[in-house]
Amino acid sequence: MSAELFSVFYQFADVFAFLILSAAGLAIVFGMMGVINMAHGEFIMCGAYVTVGLVNLGVPLPIAQILAAVTAGIIGMIVEFLIVRRFYKRPLDSLLATWGLSLIVTQSMLLIVGSAVRGIGTPEGSFAIGGYTFSTYRLVLFGAAVAVLAGLYIIFMKTRFGVVARATMQNAAMAKALGARTGRIYSISFGIGTALAGLCGALYAPTMTLIPTMGATFVVESFVTVVIGGANVLLGTAPAAVFLAMIRMALNASYGQIIGQIGMLFAVILIIRVLPEGLSSVLVRRGR
Amino acid sequence: MLKLLDGPQTLGRGKIFWSCFLAVLAGALIYPLFADSYDVGNFAYFLIWIFMALGLCLMWGYGGMLSFGQTFFFGIAGYGYGVLAINMGGGTATVAALVLSVVIAMIAAGILGYFMIWGGISGIFFGIVTLSATLVLAFFLGQTAGPEWHIGPARLNGFNGMKGMDPLTVGSFDIEGSALYYLMIALIVIVYIALRMLVNSSVGNVIVATRENPQRAEMLGYDVRKYQLLTFVIGSGLAGLSGALYTSWGQFITPSSIGLPAAAMPIVWVAFSGRNDLTATLVGSFLLLFGFQTITVYSQQAALVLMGVLLLATVMLAPQGFVLGIGKLVVDWWTRRRRRDEGPALADTGRLQSDET
Repeated sequence: MSAELFSVFYQFADVFAFLILSAAGLAIVFGMMGVINMAHGEFIMCGAYVTVGLVNLGVPLPIAQILAAVTAGIIGMIVEFLIVRRFYKRPLDSLLATWGLSLIVTQSMLLIVGSAVRGIGTPEGSFAIGGYTFSTYRLVLFGAAVAVLAGLYIIFMKTRFGVVARATMQNAAMAKALGARTGRIYSISFGIGTALAGLCGALYAPTMTLIPTMGATFVVESFVTVVIGGANVLLGTAPAAVFLAMIRMALNASYGQIIGQIGMLFAVILIIRVLPEGLSSVLVRRGR
Repeated sequence: MLKLLDGPQTLGRGKIFWSCFLAVLAGALIYPLFADSYDVGNFAYFLIWIFMALGLCLMWGYGGMLSFGQTFFFGIAGYGYGVLAINMGGGTATVAALVLSVVIAMIAAGILGYFMIWGGISGIFFGIVTLSATLVLAFFLGQTAGPEWHIGPARLNGFNGMKGMDPLTVGSFDIEGSALYYLMIALIVIVYIALRMLVNSSVGNVIVATRENPQRAEMLGYDVRKYQLLTFVIGSGLAGLSGALYTSWGQFITPSSIGLPAAAMPIVWVAFSGRNDLTATLVGSFLLLFGFQTITVYSQQAALVLMGVLLLATVMLAPQGFVLGIGKLVVDWWTRRRRRDEGPALADTGRLQSDET
């Protein structure tokens, strides 16, 4: 019995980790600046490629993954400085600009690197409970997702940067009048967002084939999680991921991945009809 | 009725504009007499996509709804045409298949639009929900390779795409080559004129008012949601028309014409051309399609990189669109030259004011 229970938890944890890791970066950027980064998938791809490149050079996997996240964060801050910064007042245009960037990056990668790169295998290791065997790495991913949420909680609730960032999120003009350097906060937030995207790519790099268009595999999940979650990462994205993971897990188990994805999309379309501002609006209202 | 053609929501009016319009139309009509049939077929291929661009122009430029789902409806109607044409048999039934597949796309748009618009989704989220739907459809069709995925005798065939449907046929006459070209020209003229009349009609004024300020339009007593849904259904239906014609043209459709990067293409065309005007979209989309096709012969990736660069450059340098901007410069220069002796040049007082009055 406990083996079956654990198996259900394992499947839930797998989907939950995927949703959180792919959506966290996007949600932070959206929550802070109201911008949806259409090149999110390309930052994920960047993280994956850097990880595989470093591992092939002989760097141990965990260190390669951290370096990949840092790289994606730095590139993100450069992109913010060169492009995204101009569009904070025009969110729709930021969507188009980052989409243009996404096209440029994906297709240039196809031109330069070619379609497939030699991957690295999933770290081995499995354990058995009852009659079932489970891959340890999938639990590592779940742990990473929980760690990301905990890390964001600490950064945004317990540090000075977090206080100023939340003030900027609530009322940028007022925060600026009180001396907060909002420009720098936006830049750092964008960097954190893209670093998390890079981390997502780094963590999933060992489990999938590396192709320049791999970002597309993640964007649907990250979009729908952010649409349902709304502007608040901790109170929105996390509950949205729990909710969507339950739907997805149930459908995946009985009908397979693609029906799971379609069902998730239908659930999202039904939910936006009822809760246009996302789950976080309900939770925040309750909290007051 | 004719007055609606020259209303305030569209640029280009008066004798000069319509003379140019007729000259271009005449050029297009005699073109097949001078070109070989391969080029005519290629031209017809560019024209297929124009409907999708005009539909997006209506939704985005006039209605203020940035839909990333044009290829979603393109795919629904494209696959719809294939399934219907195979199931109903060839011959004149293909015309019914074309009409029905566009109707199916419009019904899908009605359902998706109802949930989004009545749910109060707008702006950025409108884009990413439509894009999510598009990508999920592409993923779904991509994994339908097995023989169990069929509708009647029509196999979906996964990434390899569906094939084997008949082209548009009336009686025993296949509409291909220059016949298809003339059909496209006729359809484009009809759609263009009809859209011009729509946006200049009272319905069009409400659509534009909703774009400018939904609350204010609502206060004036209009149920803006109905107008938005109407705009969305028409715009998406035009994407469906493109899809059905595409399948009929090539007797072939694959999921790659739905997913990324195909989904970004209508956005690039319309943004580059100038989303606020139908004529600019018509001209600009045609130019971009022509350029894209020329480069694709050498390298598809390079052509797509160029599209990305154009999108980025448009947003950073000319957010209203390049074709529209250049068109306005020409008109301004023209009016200024004519008015130089009569008095001071007209100030550019607003977005849609650069006509000759």
